[in-house]
Parts: sequence; C-alpha cells; structure tokens
Amino acid sequence: MQYSDLVQEHFEHPRNVGIIEPADAEALVSNPACGDLMHLYMRIENDRITDAKFKTMGCPAAIAAGSVTTELLIGHSVEEVLKLTRADVNAALGGLSPQKVHTSVLAEDAVRAALKKYRQR
Amino acid sequence: MPETVLSMRQVYLDHNATTPVLPEVLEVMLRYYREDFGNPSSVHRYGRRIRVALDDTRDCVADMLGAPAAAIFFSSGGTEANNTILKGVAAALTGRGKHLVTSQIEHPAVLDTCAYLAHQGYTVTYVPVDEHGVVDPEAVREALTDETMLVSVMYANNETGVIQPIADIARLVHQRGILMHTDAVQAFGKMPLRVDELGVDFLSFSGHKLYAPKGIGGWYARPGAPLQPLLHGGHQERGMRSGTEHVAGIVALGKACAMAVSDMRQEWERQQQLQQRLEHGIWEQIPEVRIQGAEAPRLPNTTNVAFAGVEGEALLMSLDLQGVALSTGSACSSGSLEPSHVLRAMGVPEAYLYGALRCSLGRGTTLADIEYVLEILPGIVQHARGLSPSFTP
Repeated sequence: MQYSDLVQEHFEHPRNVGIIEPADAEALVSNPACGDLMHLYMRIENDRITDAKFKTMGCPAAIAAGSVTTELLIGHSVEEVLKLTRADVNAALGGLSPQKVHTSVLAEDAVRAALKKYRQR
Repeated sequence: MPETVLSMRQVYLDHNATTPVLPEVLEVMLRYYREDFGNPSSVHRYGRRIRVALDDTRDCVADMLGAPAAAIFFSSGGTEANNTILKGVAAALTGRGKHLVTSQIEHPAVLDTCAYLAHQGYTVTYVPVDEHGVVDPEAVREALTDETMLVSVMYANNETGVIQPIADIARLVHQRGILMHTDAVQAFGKMPLRVDELGVDFLSFSGHKLYAPKGIGGWYARPGAPLQPLLHGGHQERGMRSGTEHVAGIVALGKACAMAVSDMRQEWERQQQLQQRLEHGIWEQIPEVRIQGAEAPRLPNTTNVAFAGVEGEALLMSLDLQGVALSTGSACSSGSLEPSHVLRAMGVPEAYLYGALRCSLGRGTTLADIEYVLEILPGIVQHARGLSPSFTP
C-alpha cells in the first residue's frame, strides 16, 4: 500500500479534527463496502464557510481525505464549494492510488450532503 | 500524533506473513549455490552428492511428520502444495464424483483453487465455523455426499491462530471412504504433527513460515493416495513434481525443521507467555477490545485483536510509523474492500470487523518488544478513536 507524502502528512497531522455544535451544515456519510465513516461539519456566515471540522473512521487515506477537505472548504463561498469534486480532493492529496480513490468519493459525498441540508433549511 | 519520549524500536510482529531465515539455515544453503551447485538429476558426481543432501532432508521432514520419506514431496511452497493436492486429487478421481468439502476460513490458496474447480464443474461446500472460529466435525459429516472426493480443512488459521479438530474430522471423513487434506502451513514447525495420529491423507507445508527461505515447501501424501501431478516435465520428485529441485531451499528447509524440532516445546511455551502478556496488557489498558478465537485452541504466537470504532489500516500505519510491523485483514488494505472472510465467518460484530489487527510473534520476539507495543498501542488507539465519529468515550 503506497501512500503519497501528502496523505501521510494529513494522516500524521490531521487538520480541523472535531465537531461543530450547532453546525450550519453537517452530514455523516459512509462507504458500506469498507466500513468508512466520515462526519463533516461547517460553520457558514454570509454564505461563506468560516469553519469546518471532520471526524473519520477509516484508513489513512480516508482520514487524509477528511482533513484536506476541511482545508478546501474554509474561507470559500458556498457557491464555490458546491463545485468541489472528488478530483479536487484527489489532487489536493497528490493523487490517490486506484484502491484509495473511493476515499475522495466519500469526501465529495460528505460535502454535497452537508450543503444540501444547508440549502434546504 | 502525540510525540513519544520512548526511543523507537524496530519490532517485527508479522511472522505469520513470513519469517527471517535463521543464520544457521542460511549457512547450510550457501554451498549449494557455490561449490555444490549440481543438478540432482545429473549422473556425474556433481549431481550424485546433491542427491544425498536431498535424501537427508526428506528423511528429516518425514521424521518430523512421522511419515515414510517416500511420502514427502517438495514444491515451491504452500500454495503450490495446496493447488497440487486439490487439483491433483480431482484429476486422479475423474469419474468418481465431483464434490469437495472445505471450510469458510481457508487460506486463499485453497479457497481460490476451490473456486477454480467450481468453475470447471465441481461443486464445493464451504462448512461454517462457530464464533470461536472452530469447524464442527459434525458439520463436515453432514456435508459429505456420495459424490464427495476430498475434504480440506486447515490445521491452524493464519489470521486467528485457531486450531481445528483435524483428527476428529479425518476420522469421520474416512468412515465414508473419502480423502482428507489439511493445509498445515501455519502449524508446521510450531507443534508436533504426526500424520498417523491426525489420520490425514495429505498435508501441506511451507518453508518461509518456519525460518527457511521463501520459495520452498511441499506436501505429505499417504502412499497409495490418488494424486496426479500439477507439473509435468522431467519427472523429479518421483514424477509428482517436475522441475529441477530448489536444492538450496530444500536443504534449508531440512535445517529449519531440525531446529524447530530441537526446541519446539520450549519455544511454544516461551511464545505463549509473550502472547499472554500482550493480550493481558491490551485488555488492561484499552477498552472495547475483542480478541478473536480467544476461547479456542490456538497457536501460541497469534493474536487477532479488534478495537471498536477504528479502522485497522490506520492503526497499522501509526504502528509502522513507530517501528512496529503488524498486519490486518481489514477491508481497505485487502484491495477488494471486503473485510476478512475469516472474521466474517466467525460472526465478528460489525463494530469490530474493520478494526482488527493480527499480531504474530516469533523466535526473535522478546518481552521488551511486547512491552514496547503495550506502551504505544493505547495512545495509538486513543488517537484513532478521537478521530472517529463512531466512538464516543
């Protein structure tokens, strides 16, 4: 199992671990195939993400995906992050191996699910 | 990740994956790469003196199994032995029934070969295990039909170390006049295995699980048991396994067997004490922990431990970063994203299925190694649980 330096960095020093209570946007998503769980939280002010936190049960790539996703969210507008895809997460991690690409899908799912709830409220 | 003030140790605890070649074993090998490089099939003296070394090794392995030397065959390893036996019995018994019985917890070398045979038109019954990971001989008996030609149940499981009641199973199988195979790759060299006591017709073994090199192993076949070779060619191994023999590997295997026999009991007890210290230390320090097969007869070197709320590969990487090498049957590291088929078969609860680690100690493992693991593991599990949405302390 080969990990990129970025995955290893985010695994060893994950950013923005935690919860936001109450959150403006949040979602808990899972990948039933491998048991990965990702819980994503956002604080949104004036349609801007001012804070994001995550918790992940999963392999190092899944943890790294959560960590890097919070960095891709903070400071951006809701409109911008609606365009966030798995490819962005993948690129931010220096390219995931084919076996681990599913973790970037999990991250994208988490972002979309969280924002869907935000826009519906 | 909390900074550790411990000096980092390199600790290898993955002996079920492979073992280092012992210095004494490496020593006996070298001359068969240098001055004694002959092909054993050669008529001249370069070949003749190699034959003696091969015969000596065969005697050594045969003694260890309580078998005649003519019943021992060498191959490239356990996988080839398993393939030979399953496919070779099927080929030898063509026209006699096309059903095999095996267990749900076998090594892929058996399961995948059974799947291949199923593809060729054979039917396979996969007998379940109980929550301790043990096959019930009665369940095997119930699976037998008039079409069954072979039963294959592993001796000790590679992920959990759980030992199966092979002698009991073999007895029931033989009552129906059916052949019995056991994949003894993990047990061979760790405990006495006498083929007459076990009552098996076939038994697989592998060198690199007992401090011999990779690329060597073999099988026991009861004289007269029907078996066709997998490899055709120069008729080596009395026609049962063609291909120029891996002489250095065979000699190494012989030396490794001799060493295993000489201190088998002491090593078993020594490792069992380390295993107990490890498991006790884990129980004491870490909550919501589950040791798979803890209640079953087990190899003294294997601990399969699962932690609720965390994923195995993450633990593995953290341990690796601190110098400890373990393994896991966890989903994400298996390439197929499926959790361990062995743990699934044992009915391990969902909460623990993804957070399992396998720790397998060996000859070189010391108490200091175990204490080091016990010092760093709680922090590693705690850290992973702190990251997890599914664990609320």
